[in-house]
Amino acid sequence: MSLATDSLAKGTSLSKGTESGVSMGTAGDFFALLKPRVMSLVVFTALTGMLLAPHVNPVLGFAWLLAIAVGAGASGCLNMWYDADVDALMGRTAKRPIPSGKVTPDEALAFGIVLSAGSVAFLGLTANWLAAGLLAFTIFFYAVIYSMWLKRWTPQNIVIGGAAGAFPPMIGYAAATGSVSLESVALFAIIFMWTPPHFWALALLKTEDYRRAGIPMMPVVAGEASTRFQILVYSTLLLPVGLLPVAMGFAGPFYAVVAGISGLMMIARSWTVYRQPEGDAARRAAVKLFTFSILYLFIVFATLMAETIVGLDRVRAVAGVLTGALS
Amino acid sequence: MTGKPNENGVSLTADEERRRRSRSNALGLVLGALAILFFVVTIAKLGGNVLNRPL
Repeated sequence: MSLATDSLAKGTSLSKGTESGVSMGTAGDFFALLKPRVMSLVVFTALTGMLLAPHVNPVLGFAWLLAIAVGAGASGCLNMWYDADVDALMGRTAKRPIPSGKVTPDEALAFGIVLSAGSVAFLGLTANWLAAGLLAFTIFFYAVIYSMWLKRWTPQNIVIGGAAGAFPPMIGYAAATGSVSLESVALFAIIFMWTPPHFWALALLKTEDYRRAGIPMMPVVAGEASTRFQILVYSTLLLPVGLLPVAMGFAGPFYAVVAGISGLMMIARSWTVYRQPEGDAARRAAVKLFTFSILYLFIVFATLMAETIVGLDRVRAVAGVLTGALS
Repeated sequence: MTGKPNENGVSLTADEERRRRSRSNALGLVLGALAILFFVVTIAKLGGNVLNRPL
């Protein structure tokens, strides 16, 4: 019996509730089930994908973003429902609504299913069924493939599972156009390649938590040295992948500079993680990589979004003027 | 602390009532927001055809 199963057998507070059967969850607890920070990242990347479309009605675009955000939140809720046993064993997650006893597993399951169905149906009826299908697949991939299967089975869990977090730009583009373009696939690739260094930096900081919970994260299974090396490999691959929008012609010179410098900084931070295997310095390096990785995704997508809004022709003209003034 | 069922049904504690009120208020707001969203999206989908009807 795994540690996680043991904790359930011993009767943790997972289904505490009250003697009267009345829910103890507040609106805030139910909102926390949606993983709001992940949701904000999903909204941001989905919006970037949506803006790549030739034309988007702003009212409909807002509604579609809302549906994508709720769908992502629903998958987070289903993830918390399934992972409540291991969440209870880890310091980072023990205070989540289910392990802390504020929301019962049944409530979370019902909440997640209703929001999943609602968001997919809304996107299908107001945008198109390709976007709705992609959203449904993303929810299924995160809640079932990642949470129920990959996470407890393989150290490659977050590498493969990273696809779930990478889909939103494709869903955003599909909602606006009814199709999937190579541009949106390039954005998928950036997030996909970004996920391992981001998540393994966190895993290096929480290795004991994951070991105690019986989750086969890379540092637990392959060791910290191997994880540090793999972080460096993925960060190195992220640099050219981050420049794909430039190579494909849908990002301009400012994006090239920002993605190039940010990519080099990701490599530099990963190199520090690789070279600092022990002690406080190792911990600091992992923290710096983790926090910078969040900034990386934000500035890369924000720059792409800004260039798209301004228009590539204008961006190139401004870059030409600046280059001329400097030379 | 917790309310127990009795012959008059379940009596909630003050804390349980506060939490239920929080959920009820949020649910009311969400339902209202959904009604507005459905209306606005319908108008946006119809576009100029909103005005194109026999009088």
